[in-house]
Amino acid sequence: MAKVAKQAKEGKTTKTTKRRKTVAIDVYKAWCKGCGICVAFCPKGVLAQDEEGHAYAKNLEACIACMQCELRCPDFAITVITEDRLNAGKGGSAHG
Amino acid sequence: MPEYTRLIHNYLRHDKKFPHVWCPGCGNGILLGSLIRAIDKTGLSKDDIVLVSGIGCSGRLPVYVDFNTLHTTHGRALTYATGVKLAKPSLNVITIMGDGDSMAIGGNHFIHAARRNIDITAIILNNSIYGMTGGQYSPTTPYGMRASTAVYNSIEQAFKISELAVTAGAVFVGRQTVYNAKLLDNLIEKAILKKGFSVVEVVTHCHVQYGRQNKLGSAVDMLKWQRDNSIPVEKAAKMSPEELKDKIITGILVDKDLPVYEEEYEKVRERAKGLA
Amino acid sequence: MGNTNQPLLLQGNEAIVEGAIAAGCRFFAGYPITPATEIAEGMSVKMPMVDGTFVQMEDEIGSMGAIIGASLTGVKSMTATSGPGFSLMQENIGFACITEVPCVVVNIMRGGPSTGLPTNPAQGDIMQSRWGTHGDHPIIVLCPHSVEECFYATIKAFNLSERYRVPVILTTDEVIAHMREKITLPPAESLEIIERVRPNVPPDWYIPYEDNSIGVPPMSAFGDGYRYHVTGLVHDVRGFPTSRPDEVDAFIHRLHRKIDKGLPYIQEGEYFLMDDAEVAIISYGSVARSAKQAAILAREKGQKVGVFRPITIWPFMRGAVEEILKNVRAVIIPEMNMGQYSREVKRVDQGYARIITLNRVDGQVITPDDILRKLKEVY
Repeated sequence: MAKVAKQAKEGKTTKTTKRRKTVAIDVYKAWCKGCGICVAFCPKGVLAQDEEGHAYAKNLEACIACMQCELRCPDFAITVITEDRLNAGKGGSAHG
Repeated sequence: MPEYTRLIHNYLRHDKKFPHVWCPGCGNGILLGSLIRAIDKTGLSKDDIVLVSGIGCSGRLPVYVDFNTLHTTHGRALTYATGVKLAKPSLNVITIMGDGDSMAIGGNHFIHAARRNIDITAIILNNSIYGMTGGQYSPTTPYGMRASTAVYNSIEQAFKISELAVTAGAVFVGRQTVYNAKLLDNLIEKAILKKGFSVVEVVTHCHVQYGRQNKLGSAVDMLKWQRDNSIPVEKAAKMSPEELKDKIITGILVDKDLPVYEEEYEKVRERAKGLA
Repeated sequence: MGNTNQPLLLQGNEAIVEGAIAAGCRFFAGYPITPATEIAEGMSVKMPMVDGTFVQMEDEIGSMGAIIGASLTGVKSMTATSGPGFSLMQENIGFACITEVPCVVVNIMRGGPSTGLPTNPAQGDIMQSRWGTHGDHPIIVLCPHSVEECFYATIKAFNLSERYRVPVILTTDEVIAHMREKITLPPAESLEIIERVRPNVPPDWYIPYEDNSIGVPPMSAFGDGYRYHVTGLVHDVRGFPTSRPDEVDAFIHRLHRKIDKGLPYIQEGEYFLMDDAEVAIISYGSVARSAKQAAILAREKGQKVGVFRPITIWPFMRGAVEEILKNVRAVIIPEMNMGQYSREVKRVDQGYARIITLNRVDGQVITPDDILRKLKEVY
């Protein structure tokens, strides 16, 4: 949220604030049971199931990092990796 | 920017075999994620949390998380939790029960725990079926629905867990679906922080037993049903009983204050020592 | 603790309360039931005085669950009941057995079965105290026969439950529970009080159910930083559910081995006039008092009669009983039941001695005369 505020201050915000870019969606296949919940409730149709049923990002660009997939994954198998998380990842983990 | 999966991983027991035991798409997993997020927001230390469960699919939840965890006998989670809380009030005690666990065999303990107002958070996973044992009807299976012990359709009226909790005197009662995981996080957080007996009825689905026997479709379909049939309590107040038939009334049903058992008992100790 | 060093006139139930407090019990959960209610009443008055906790639960099932929960936080805990309540407690007693949670369950026996004879004594729960809960499980059962012994046996019950991490049943009959006798409570310092062994390794080294030389793993308390899992499912050394045959087998055997190894410490019996006895009376609880009187009267008639009184009912005192069977020509076993303890004596008897049972199930106490009449069969 801090980033958006910073942009606003600099008058750079466009009408719709620019979403952090999702660089990857990591699905941990060992835990993903192919239940299809993330695929069904992704508002942007980003996800699909491969032939084994595991979720994967079919069209990553559409991802708006709304986290609905992480929120409802019963097996904690999906992680949305966005730009700032990635950078944060480099400079020490984003959280404890 | 919210961060769920990695946060959850911090709370899981790393030496416990994953993926967990629940069926693909089971709502128990969604609730577990929600519970962890809620606990994380309360800032409580892992050492001070005791997760107590009974028997059934819900009973298998505590083993996966890095707290003091206690998997007790069917229906009796609240009695063990009562012992834990009264013996060491500094602990935050949360019970995880199923609908059969809490309302059938555990019903008597439930209403008394509510009446006593011990500072325990009772989270009830209501999927309207006995899932672990293969799909028998439970006290919350709606009238007319089918189950492995009600192949001619159930002829019993179902309990409304939250309303029953309100009547039994619980000071905080809320209901939410696993579909609305975000709202569920907030509800659980409030329940944990609330002083006194708090009940969170989690409407979840068992597509493998209840869904299959009643042709309600997949986990996704049942989640959609939750989405399309839940009505916030504020809105429901303005609706007629007919409109509310078979709807899930979500949100906080009661949030009041009564003397909390262990605090009252501390006064008993003072009175007793005054006489000793 | 109550006022020590001066004689008191206490009821058996009251002595149990004093013994529990002296043993360090600081949590009691119970439910009213004749003839054990006085224990709950006493606890409701005294627990808060010693910074303990009393709670009256909605039933005996809840009482048993609550004392296990309390014990898991490191607090010594107890409940008390009688037949009907004892039957309700069985499943959770089994939970305490498999999770090895120390606790004491007092069962004051009354006439059974079912509602039976609520105000009459009986000894009909002996087998239930051993096998009441399902599955092969360890258990220790003690039986006092006087008000003073109610005090000391309660302390022993707590010490054994802490030492072996096993529920200990303290059982006696209504007569002992309700009778009053003189008792001088000893000063606290004179008592040996045992506490459960706590882990001395750091939390991430702690393996909660790891076997060791005595088969009793150290036990941490909820909130001490050792966030471990407790479950009624058979579990591996880390406490996680398992059904692997090798782990299950090792686990079940450890539960029993820890008791077998402790038998010399666990088993205690009283030998009364037994040195040169030709005939032994084996009896426990209030019946043992009549047996002693009968032995005294028989001795006056020159009959060499003695009494062996097991204080530890279970594990069965096989060694002591076999020894007696080999050294006497007849054994009389009076019980206020249909012969539950005598079944065990007969089981170990390889034809060493004649065994005569005396069984009263009319709700009345067995008197010295009853026993003397039985003695006629051997004299």
